[in-house]
Amino acid sequence: MPDSPASASRSRKFRGMVHINWDRCKGCGFCIEFCPPKVLAFSESYNSHGYHPPYLTNEQGCTGCDLCGLYCPDFAIFGMRVPMETSEAEVAVREG
Amino acid sequence: MSTAPAVQAAINPVEPFLRSDRMPHIWCPGCGIGTTVNCFSRALVDSKLDLDKVAIVSGIGCTGRVAGYLRLDSFHTTHGRAIPFATGLKLANPELTVVVYSGDGDLIAIGGNHFIHAARRNIDLKIICVNNFIYGMTGGQVAPTTPVGATATTTPYGCFERPFNLPFLAESSGAVYVARWTAFHVRHIARSMVEAFNKKGFSFIEIISPCPTLYQRRNKLGDGLDTMKLYKQKSVIKNGANTRDVDIAFGGEIIVGKFVDIERPTLHQTMDQQFRQVLKDRYAGLGGRG
Amino acid sequence: MKANPAGVLTGAHFLDGDQACCEGALAAGADFAAGYPITPSTEVVERFAARVPTVGGLFIQLEDELASSIAILGAAWAGKKVFTVTSGPGFSLMMEHIGLAAMTETPCVFVDVQRGGPSTGLPTLPGQADMMQARWGSHGDYAIIALCPNSPQECFDLMIDAFNLAEQYRVPVLFMMDECVGHMTEKVVIPSADAIEIYPRRFTSLPPAEYKPFKPSPDGVPEMVKAGDGYRFHITGLTHDEQGYPAMTWRAQEKLVRRLVEKVRKNADKIVRAEECDLEDAEVVVLAYGITSRVALRALQMARAEDIRAGLLRPIVVWPFPEKRLRELAERVKAFVVVEMNYGQMVYEVERCAGGKTKTVLVEHGGGTVHDPEQVLTVIREAAR
Ligand SMILES: Cc1ncc(C[n+]2csc(CCOP(=O)(O)OP(=O)(O)O)c2C)c(N)n1
Ligand code: SF4
Ligand code: SF4
Ligand code: SF4
Ligand SMILES: [Mg+2]
Repeated sequence: MPDSPASASRSRKFRGMVHINWDRCKGCGFCIEFCPPKVLAFSESYNSHGYHPPYLTNEQGCTGCDLCGLYCPDFAIFGMRVPMETSEAEVAVREG
Repeated sequence: MSTAPAVQAAINPVEPFLRSDRMPHIWCPGCGIGTTVNCFSRALVDSKLDLDKVAIVSGIGCTGRVAGYLRLDSFHTTHGRAIPFATGLKLANPELTVVVYSGDGDLIAIGGNHFIHAARRNIDLKIICVNNFIYGMTGGQVAPTTPVGATATTTPYGCFERPFNLPFLAESSGAVYVARWTAFHVRHIARSMVEAFNKKGFSFIEIISPCPTLYQRRNKLGDGLDTMKLYKQKSVIKNGANTRDVDIAFGGEIIVGKFVDIERPTLHQTMDQQFRQVLKDRYAGLGGRG
Repeated sequence: MKANPAGVLTGAHFLDGDQACCEGALAAGADFAAGYPITPSTEVVERFAARVPTVGGLFIQLEDELASSIAILGAAWAGKKVFTVTSGPGFSLMMEHIGLAAMTETPCVFVDVQRGGPSTGLPTLPGQADMMQARWGSHGDYAIIALCPNSPQECFDLMIDAFNLAEQYRVPVLFMMDECVGHMTEKVVIPSADAIEIYPRRFTSLPPAEYKPFKPSPDGVPEMVKAGDGYRFHITGLTHDEQGYPAMTWRAQEKLVRRLVEKVRKNADKIVRAEECDLEDAEVVVLAYGITSRVALRALQMARAEDIRAGLLRPIVVWPFPEKRLRELAERVKAFVVVEMNYGQMVYEVERCAGGKTKTVLVEHGGGTVHDPEQVLTVIREAAR
């Protein structure tokens, strides 16, 4: 069973973080459909290719399981686990 | 560098395996090929292989483009001939882990003869076949995997030929490792790939994968996501199933799992042993004189 | 570099052309071959299969010529010196991979022991009708080098040259024998290893970060690497850039394919080789290659006995063609007489080089046996008039 967002934030030393390469996304929806805690949704805005990339609807909810990363056929998204206190700013995203 | 705060490098796990300068790739939205590449990258990490000693060989097709996107020694060969190219590569340098990554048409139609013979010889190749039931690259023609009743551009009134059951074909030809998954089964795929990397001998992994642009659209099966949901719903995991029983009918259930995992001496072993036995100290080894 | 003595069967032997060809490959350092049996060339790989495990390397018989002709390319990219051997229909099946070898600049040798065709034709009897197929058989534009031995001794000697040329120019080299040369037995002298010069693979000395697989050296030929050495390179049959990445533009096509063609064309003077006999005062130049050149030589002697000033030009390297020499000769001779075991192939090259300055006559033959020297003599007589 996937963790509920609440239990994830209370009982874990790690939290999930998801990174989206906005312009690589082709809007297939795999990540949204197969995210176990269902914390992804299509954003309203378009990327440069005219697709709606996903966004994280609930920051606390992501477990960092990286299933989105495994599913994404366009290598546009991935999840990771970081120590609880790590802020977004402390993670340098390296894109290829 | 040393004064900077402890910054965690966040990098997509697939990224180190990609030729990032070649992105974006050519695959359509919702095509499953990219998904299988993620699994492949995770398997490479988990197997702890020395990546300098991993070579990937593809034939021609949408799946055939995989070799070109991976940051490995990679070979994009001719249609149907990935296996014999890989045979030469592996025989010439047995230290290499040689992966053949190609489509169903490439490996089983035009390359079918090479496929059965490589399996018979049990040459140590890891064959990853992305089966989308169609010729993707050339625009949706019938393949030897197209289920009866499905349409393709060259069978506009429906396919009337019985398709190959790939796991059965692989096993009966001599493969020592045979598994089938769908693109929905990402973790299973990655695990099977690790098992295949660790296996000595002809290993075959079939991955049923959506081709939304051609197969799905033409057969009114929706888009890539609809197909992935259908895979989730229609597939049944039966590890160890008799490969005779894993045919795929149009719209029917898809039996997935690891079907075969046996031991048999590889081509290199039998070759080496034979020469050793017969030639004794006249045998100079297979290594060459380079 | 000198030959590795392990493969060199130094001494005087009685060998047929097929066997000598195999010994030439071994002496050149061939350590990988793949093949599929076909008459009259199988003896080459039969001998190789017996010999190579005792000197280091391997032979594998694969399921067909498509497999054999690409397995050698795989082995070449793992660092091996490679060749395959075939005849007739098998040669046709190999065409796609001659193109792949040309496109990917893979050093390799394709031996074709020619028999009568088309189709299954005359499996056990000679022909010389694959000469144009050797040059143009694969689709698209590319260049190859082709050699044509006329004796078992040359099957040995030229096989070494074939491997050296393949390494130097990174092109498929076609070794165009015929059934007669393949099956005739003569004395073959194999020198000692230190008398055999070997052109080593042009491996790069650049580190992976600086290396580009298809960046040409000044002579137009790029440096090579092999799988497993950490270069993480990409090889494709698609039109590609210097990095080896597919590049689907006319500009990339122009740059790459022009270089593929020019690396042979621009070095043609260095590659071309022909034997000349009695050309100084010749009025009639007989052009013949392979087994046919030996018949032509007999006809030539007969002509000289009749005081006809005839000479012989025998291309040893048939592709690129000895164009320059023929153009020179065209300025001063009465006629070219082309003797070949087909209904007209290399004669078109001769005619082109003659450029209307002198007449060109073909002594044709459908294959199955060699020309009668009398038949050649009749044409020489006619041409000298
Ligand atoms: C000798 C040859 N014949 C035909 C083709 C054209 N061709 C390219 S890819 C392909 C079929 C690819 O189908 P598949 O292997 O299933 O790959 P997919 O595109 O579906 O991934 C064909 C027929 C070719 N490149 N070479
Ligand atoms: S799986 Fe990838 S391409 Fe598909 S919607 Fe998600 S981010 Fe976009
Ligand atoms: S890592 Fe991805 S799939 Fe996993 S919970 Fe987070 S958003 Fe969902
Ligand atoms: S045509 Fe089909 S197989 Fe090819 S990239 Fe598009 S969806 Fe994928
Ligand atoms: Mg396909």
